[in-house]
Amino acid sequence: MTERRSMRLTVNGAVRTAQVEPRLNLADLLRHEFGLTGTHVGCEHGVCGACTVLLDGATARSCLTFAVQADGCAVTTIEGVADPDGALHPIQAALARHHGLQCGYCTPGIVMTLLELQHDLDGAPIDEPALRRAFAGNLCRCTGYQGIVDAALSVLNAGAAEPCPSPRPDPAGKGHA
Amino acid sequence: MSAPACTWLGRSVPRLEDGPLLRGLGRFVDDIRLPGLLHGAFLRSPHAHGRLTAIDAAAAEALPGVHGVLTYGDLRRVLTCDRIPLAMPAGAIRFDVDPFVLARDEVCHVGEPVALVVAESRAVAEDALALIGLEIEPLPAVVDPRAGLAPDAPRARLDCPDNRVAATEAAYGDVDRAFAGAAHVVREAFNLHKGGGHSIEPRGVVARFDQAERLLTVWDSTQMPHQAKRALVRTLGLAEHQVRVVAPDVGGGFGPKFVFHPEELAVAAAAMIVGRPVKWIEDRLESFTATVQERDQHWTIEAACDAEGRLLGIRGDLVHDHGAYTPYGVALPYNSATNLLGPYRLPAYRLAISLCLTNLVPATPTRGAGRPQGTYVMERLLDRLAERTGLDRAEIRRRNLITPDQMPYRTPLRTRDGKAMTYDSGDYVECQRRALALAGWDGFEARRAAARREGRWLGIGLANYVEGSGRGPFESAAVRVGPSGTVVVTTGATAQGQGTVTMLAQVVAEVLGIAPERIAVVAGDTNASALGLGAFASRQAVTAGNAAHAAALAVRAKILQVASAWLEASPADLELVDGRVQVKGVPGSGRALGEVADALAGAPGLALPAGVAPGLAAGVDFEPEGLTYCNGTHVVEAEVDPDTGTVAITRYTVVHDCGRLINPMMVEGQIVGGVVHGIGSALYERMLYAEDGQPQTGTYADYLLPTADVAPRIAIHHMESPSPLNPLGVKGAGESGTIAAPAAVASAVEDALRPFGVRVADLPITAARLHGLLAAAGGAAP
Amino acid sequence: MKPAPFSYHAPTTRADLLALLAAHDDCRLLAGGQSLVPLLNLRLAGPAHLIDITRVAGLDGIARDGEVLRIGATTRQRRAERSPLVRAAFPLLSDALAHVGHVATRNRGTIGGSLAHMDPTAELSVVALVADATLTIESARGARTIPFVALPTGPLATAIAPDEVLTRIDLPLWPEGHGWGFAEVTRRGEGFAVVSAAALVALAPDGTCARAALAVGGLVAAPARVGEAEALLARRVPRDDRIAAAGEAAARLPAESDLYGPEAYKRHLARVLTVRALRQAVDRARGGVRD
Repeated sequence: MTERRSMRLTVNGAVRTAQVEPRLNLADLLRHEFGLTGTHVGCEHGVCGACTVLLDGATARSCLTFAVQADGCAVTTIEGVADPDGALHPIQAALARHHGLQCGYCTPGIVMTLLELQHDLDGAPIDEPALRRAFAGNLCRCTGYQGIVDAALSVLNAGAAEPCPSPRPDPAGKGHA
Repeated sequence: MSAPACTWLGRSVPRLEDGPLLRGLGRFVDDIRLPGLLHGAFLRSPHAHGRLTAIDAAAAEALPGVHGVLTYGDLRRVLTCDRIPLAMPAGAIRFDVDPFVLARDEVCHVGEPVALVVAESRAVAEDALALIGLEIEPLPAVVDPRAGLAPDAPRARLDCPDNRVAATEAAYGDVDRAFAGAAHVVREAFNLHKGGGHSIEPRGVVARFDQAERLLTVWDSTQMPHQAKRALVRTLGLAEHQVRVVAPDVGGGFGPKFVFHPEELAVAAAAMIVGRPVKWIEDRLESFTATVQERDQHWTIEAACDAEGRLLGIRGDLVHDHGAYTPYGVALPYNSATNLLGPYRLPAYRLAISLCLTNLVPATPTRGAGRPQGTYVMERLLDRLAERTGLDRAEIRRRNLITPDQMPYRTPLRTRDGKAMTYDSGDYVECQRRALALAGWDGFEARRAAARREGRWLGIGLANYVEGSGRGPFESAAVRVGPSGTVVVTTGATAQGQGTVTMLAQVVAEVLGIAPERIAVVAGDTNASALGLGAFASRQAVTAGNAAHAAALAVRAKILQVASAWLEASPADLELVDGRVQVKGVPGSGRALGEVADALAGAPGLALPAGVAPGLAAGVDFEPEGLTYCNGTHVVEAEVDPDTGTVAITRYTVVHDCGRLINPMMVEGQIVGGVVHGIGSALYERMLYAEDGQPQTGTYADYLLPTADVAPRIAIHHMESPSPLNPLGVKGAGESGTIAAPAAVASAVEDALRPFGVRVADLPITAARLHGLLAAAGGAAP
Repeated sequence: MKPAPFSYHAPTTRADLLALLAAHDDCRLLAGGQSLVPLLNLRLAGPAHLIDITRVAGLDGIARDGEVLRIGATTRQRRAERSPLVRAAFPLLSDALAHVGHVATRNRGTIGGSLAHMDPTAELSVVALVADATLTIESARGARTIPFVALPTGPLATAIAPDEVLTRIDLPLWPEGHGWGFAEVTRRGEGFAVVSAAALVALAPDGTCARAALAVGGLVAAPARVGEAEALLARRVPRDDRIAAAGEAAARLPAESDLYGPEAYKRHLARVLTVRALRQAVDRARGGVRD
């Protein structure tokens, strides 16, 4: 008898419910139950970073997060990054401008990582080595990273930071809900 | 004088592919959902070699949610032949060893598929895998190709008399005489490992079979949908109109997705047997154990030069680990052997090549396809000769470079298709000169000295390379304009991130005077293009680009012919601007392309415009005359920490010549990506096996791809020596970055540690390995 | 690559958690999951029950209690890394945390989860050892405390019994003005350490070592203190020759070859990294800026 659990979470601002097997990971929930296939799965052991989403505003490997662990949480995926009116987020637009993507498979995870970085920097500038370390947890086999670096620097060092598209945990650190 | 029509070639046009990919709206194989879709998982051999004696699937079949447990015998019933006929013809191959769709009675590498479970979900399918009883009688495994060639070696395959699957050579000139008269001879052994392709999207297949129409549709993460279709038609006994293969968005290729793997057939056959669509998405563990790789080569080689450092000859042996099957003939080591020549004049050469069957995943091309190893060997030998002769490493290269007045330069070697290996254009001397200037080669000693004062050890290295690109025999492209005014390009070329769509749109835009974003490109669908090959050998700008160019020219000629009559102007006085054909310099005077298309689409019973064939469309299968050779020079500065063996690349300069540039931004993207892939080969990537053939590096925590923090910033300078072999004058660029990187990095690392007496030979140069070299050389800083 | 089925429990109280642990034999604790879930996905582990402890009230949080820093086991690594309290009271931990995985894994991964997983190369284990951390372990049978040094029992194995849970990590604080150092070598950039070393140094007004603690990780299944070096430094001025001798002592620690580090290389790294970490610590204790 397969155990299933009810869960409820917010995905890109909309409340969703699901009945899930405990072993279903968040990536598979998003992709195959909710049809949000922009979150990609590359390794299922937490190293490649393609499946990175924002969980309560902080990056998480959705392949290492069981869906049930996200019960009650707010998730932002790549589909929720551009403006509802269709305009690309500045990080997305910069990636196109600087040829920061080729096959595009790792791109959603990289965008989520850069969004968190932008939020954490809060307008402070970042140098290239620090930027490269900041997304060293996202593997890209196509670009050699240079276009991503150029895109990120152009946005992160442009001036005031863009607001992050989802709420952050409170800075006092109440931790996970 | 009016401004010329907007020109699109040579411009860094933003990519048409990016919008959907950035929004998460790409459509990769695993994104495809079909009603009634089932999920497959493969049971794989846990042994490197063994006799398969029994499979007990009863418990797995009884698991709720399981729709079938298929073995070789089950699939064979819908197949026309026992083995999958994959072998590329190669005379040197002594025994073609094609794989079975699932292992029949012998398993030849860990990860070889043995059974396929089809179930309601992937998770249930994997639950069932654990319930299958598999009896395998282990046999001795061949893991090291050198050992495998020994007379008393165990056989890697019971169906082959020995392991030497092929023996061939690359040879010309009187090499022994060259050595007899040489002023300097250097000898070296190189054990070279090249890592795998490692696209971040693993392989994947979705197959649907319409029983009523006997129509098989396969969505396949492949570089070669037309070849996949051919294999499916042949093995499943269907006709060409009954099989459609679609490569949707593909998350990187890098070589392995060139090869038709057994899983592609197994999933299609399963969909026919089970009567429901079936999806199989390779997981990362599978990609480490079942996706083709590139791996080990062992070179024993010597080089001779005269007193002035001019090469006289190179001779030696190459032992190549071929893996358990032969889907790619001898292409890999032959590429290594021929690319060794690089941009240099080599009067005499003899390389004996042995390919050894091993109980490992088949070795087939990954980005660079054997060329990085050949280039590495030549460049290391030149560094050794520089040291012996006392010449600067750049100077000894300069003395041996083929000069522009020698172009086209016909080498004594032959390419895979039997044609003379002829370099079509390029200025190798100027290329190296510019690279040295841009990289500040002459000023390096000052930088080295400054670093030493801070306790840091810097080195500089360089490498030159050529790459035969644009391999034939052909590629197809068709251009059609519809009455809506839409321009559609269909092609047999495929896209895995290279920007194929944008590249073809730019080529056609140039000819038809219409913005690239108004051109739709359909690539990777066998229903869209009757013929096609796909992505390999850095070929698509050359082959598909010129096919699209020729087709667009034919369409343009038709437009001018029709408009000439309509506008009562000579074709020479017409121009195509912004989707219209008009009298030159008279904006708004003409007609939209859609109107021309509409007229040529015909109306029932009415005549077409006089003398014009129906339809505003043309298709061209472009056949390149021969390979076109791009070239370049890499200069690397690296800092080595002798206390830990750690290498950091601090500067990287590339001067590159791939002929005429279509989109400089995308070419640079190819080069940077290729260089970083090559840095992976140089420093990090290593697939390790235990002595019994068990893979030891099956995760990305063990097998290391280059990350952003270790990738250097790469400065690129373009030269443009147009190829005389095709109308666009273009050459390939996709793999070139990988080819010189390991050689240039090794040269820099060795240079940094020159005071320690360290010699770098083997790849990859891991920190642990470099520490071993330092320890062996005495260890302590002087 | 999907896990085998399991039952999922998400207790919210300590009592419920301990009762679940007592009731189920074949269970694993799930905290951040950054080490466990890969094993589940690869089916290298397949417990019947998974108990998610991150919703248990009172298991997370960072507080200073006199001369001890108390860290709840489910405190996320990223939170501890960014905590001003940790930075001020135990900067070695802040520095070491920056080397653990990547931001995305530290956002989820917990302090206790890392220690209880006992990866031979884990940075946090080296810190816990050098800091003489005390661990609180609870079960329905009661609570006990053990020094960190008693935690490891073998590769990926600990003294935490199947019905127990690690609930708190106590780090005795070092005096204000102490120096700290952390150094590691990875196979590639930001990544798993091959060998890592941590040092803590408190200097007396006369410049001698009032206390020194050194630990090296990655050599064998668990990190090791370099006791010989600590003794050598005690009540002496940490001169360069003594720092070098500390490195030599570290190089004499037991080491085992693995896929990526032959024994000789690991011992060599133990020497190099001990010197680097110790020098950093001494310089900081002296108020210098040599790092």
